[in-house]
Amino acid sequence: MRDSLPMKNTSASRLGPGAKRSTPSGGLQAWLPRLVLAPSVAISLFFVYGFMLWTFVLSLTSSRMLPSYDFVGFGQYARLMANERWWVASTNLMIFGVLFVAVCLVIGALLAILLDQKIRQEGALRTIYLYPMALSFIVTGVVWKWLLNPQLGIQAMVQGWGFESFRFDWIVDPDMAIYTLVIAAVWQASGFVMALFLAGLRGIDDSIIKAAQLDGASLPRIYLRVVMPCLRPVVFSAVMILAHIAIKSFDLVVALTGGGPGYATDLPATFMYAHAFTRAQIGLGSASAMLMLGGVLAILIPYLYSELRSRKHG
Amino acid sequence: MSTLKKTTLALALAGATLATTAQANEVEVLHWWTSGGEARAANVLKELMEAEGYGWQDFAVAGGGGETAMTVLKSRAMSGNPPSAAQIKGPEIQEWGELGLLGDLNSVADAEGWDELLPEVVADIMRHDGQYVAVPVNVHRVNWLWANPQVLEAAGVEMPTTLDELFEAGEAIREAGFVPLAHGGQAWQDATVFESVLLGGQGSEFYQQALVELDPEALGGEQMIDALEDFKRTRELMDEGMPGRDWNVATAMVIQGVAGFQLMGDWAKGEFTAAGLTAGEDYLCAAAPGTEDAFTFNIDSLAMFRVSDDEEREAQQALARLVLEPTFQEAFNLAKGSIPARPDLDMSEFDSCAQQSLADFQRTAEEGGLVPSMAHGMAVRADIQGAIFDVVTNYFNDADMAAEEAAERMVSAAQAASF
Repeated sequence: MRDSLPMKNTSASRLGPGAKRSTPSGGLQAWLPRLVLAPSVAISLFFVYGFMLWTFVLSLTSSRMLPSYDFVGFGQYARLMANERWWVASTNLMIFGVLFVAVCLVIGALLAILLDQKIRQEGALRTIYLYPMALSFIVTGVVWKWLLNPQLGIQAMVQGWGFESFRFDWIVDPDMAIYTLVIAAVWQASGFVMALFLAGLRGIDDSIIKAAQLDGASLPRIYLRVVMPCLRPVVFSAVMILAHIAIKSFDLVVALTGGGPGYATDLPATFMYAHAFTRAQIGLGSASAMLMLGGVLAILIPYLYSELRSRKHG
Repeated sequence: MSTLKKTTLALALAGATLATTAQANEVEVLHWWTSGGEARAANVLKELMEAEGYGWQDFAVAGGGGETAMTVLKSRAMSGNPPSAAQIKGPEIQEWGELGLLGDLNSVADAEGWDELLPEVVADIMRHDGQYVAVPVNVHRVNWLWANPQVLEAAGVEMPTTLDELFEAGEAIREAGFVPLAHGGQAWQDATVFESVLLGGQGSEFYQQALVELDPEALGGEQMIDALEDFKRTRELMDEGMPGRDWNVATAMVIQGVAGFQLMGDWAKGEFTAAGLTAGEDYLCAAAPGTEDAFTFNIDSLAMFRVSDDEEREAQQALARLVLEPTFQEAFNLAKGSIPARPDLDMSEFDSCAQQSLADFQRTAEEGGLVPSMAHGMAVRADIQGAIFDVVTNYFNDADMAAEEAAERMVSAAQAASF
């Protein structure tokens, strides 16, 4: 059955090139996986890459309500660069993305390490921390919208306890509102990061830790110097997942702040939606979508490259 | 990004399969009158059509103030299979007209005398290139001030008729322990308050120059700066819980006696009615302060798409005729809180606010002061409207931005929005 797995480099190369077609059914068997995969490859090529290309083409046109093919070069990009709101949205994405990923990683790792101390009721605690991930961002957004509302939520509650001067009105403050997005998103996603780290921690060989203990290393030192370096692949996966949650954040903004106050919490995704679909500016919306794609690639490609290369060598 | 593209295509496919092509002598009508009262009102039209022997295929798309419906409509139009009629309003009618997709209704308009029936400002919006392509369904007035009489009494104030009176009354209401002005911090609500304040302080002529004709001198001039400053002052009358609040929640604050006033279009009446209140007794309505001689309108209309089938065209013409007939106008507008698009109807069934609205509509149509609402997409194209919204809402929420800077941005918004 070795030759039925021609896609696997190892088996194919071990048997040599001739071995692949040694039986009549070998040809079919060699082609079957490709045949079966072909429709989904074709569909993703068309619907993902085809539409990316179409979006790029549209971003070069003056399309307004409906797509048109009146080309204006990079005019839409120039308009985008001159658009105040686009810069607000991009800056917001930087703030939100960096804080969201960093805080989630720190909290997730801490929770995982604390849970890993062979404590009682670990299963129950784990479920409690992981549960927010089961909610949709819409639910998270609405709940936090109420919690953060100065007249309904935390501020009103603390003031009700008698601390009249207590203020927590970030959601109505244009300068601070973006951080409320971070709070809600971190609340939702850090349990998930915890689960990733916990799985990673469980995969570390006990003997390494015991060896370190024998050498007299303290517990914090063991975690910092021995355990965390072993978790590098987990950090890699977590960053990948969190970064894409951050970049495609749309529902959270819509539910929590609606982009407001004003457009202080606009993100590129909400900017793009507003312009392409409600403001009849498909050209400008497409240009912003292309810049979002460019931004994602600019971050991901170097990171993927360095991670994958170092893993191969190391 | 690709996800959105996929969604569009999925919607296009869904639209194409859901809507079997309209058969002969049948109209397919795309609309978003889907809430209880509105749906009943739309059903009246369906019954009228069926009574005359025409078929009615309902193509209701709920949600998002018509955003979803417009997305479906665009994909249907792109696939070459538009419905017979669609709820399209304001300058968007011109955009669809420019694409050459709308059919003309001139024969009905001539037979029914639309030129005499409709005020010129309204008729203009319904025409593309001099041809009638759409029929008005109702008229909403945007520049209304709603009030809770008990709150006013407790604070010892009257309904304000000028902006200064509004600010004074607001102070008194605040001191009496209420929120003076109920508001929801969403861009369109900010813009609704802005246009009413601008109209109240600077008059309808300036409104026309600035927000309809987009005259750069008006947009960047002294009067605009004054209007922006007045607008920012209204913020002091609002409460801090407003960001993101929906308009009907703000109306509920007036109903419950938490707040004194609200500046909102006459769809707010639906909320008062649903709460079992009577106009003039349990709640008060008046033109927004300083705007009693002006009327900002928001008109829903049905635009007819060009069809090749003669029988379907006949059905379209019948639809257009029936929409303006008294039976439908009365039933629909009673349900929706708006006033009929034709001014010659018996208004005894309507409440006092609607009667005042219609009287003002006729008066301003004759004497001037009837202007399209910028905040509700009647005055300028969607892209320019969006750019103005950005300036207005950003200025309103940014404590540090000066009115001069906002006025400058207003000028560039009007220029930069389009190609």
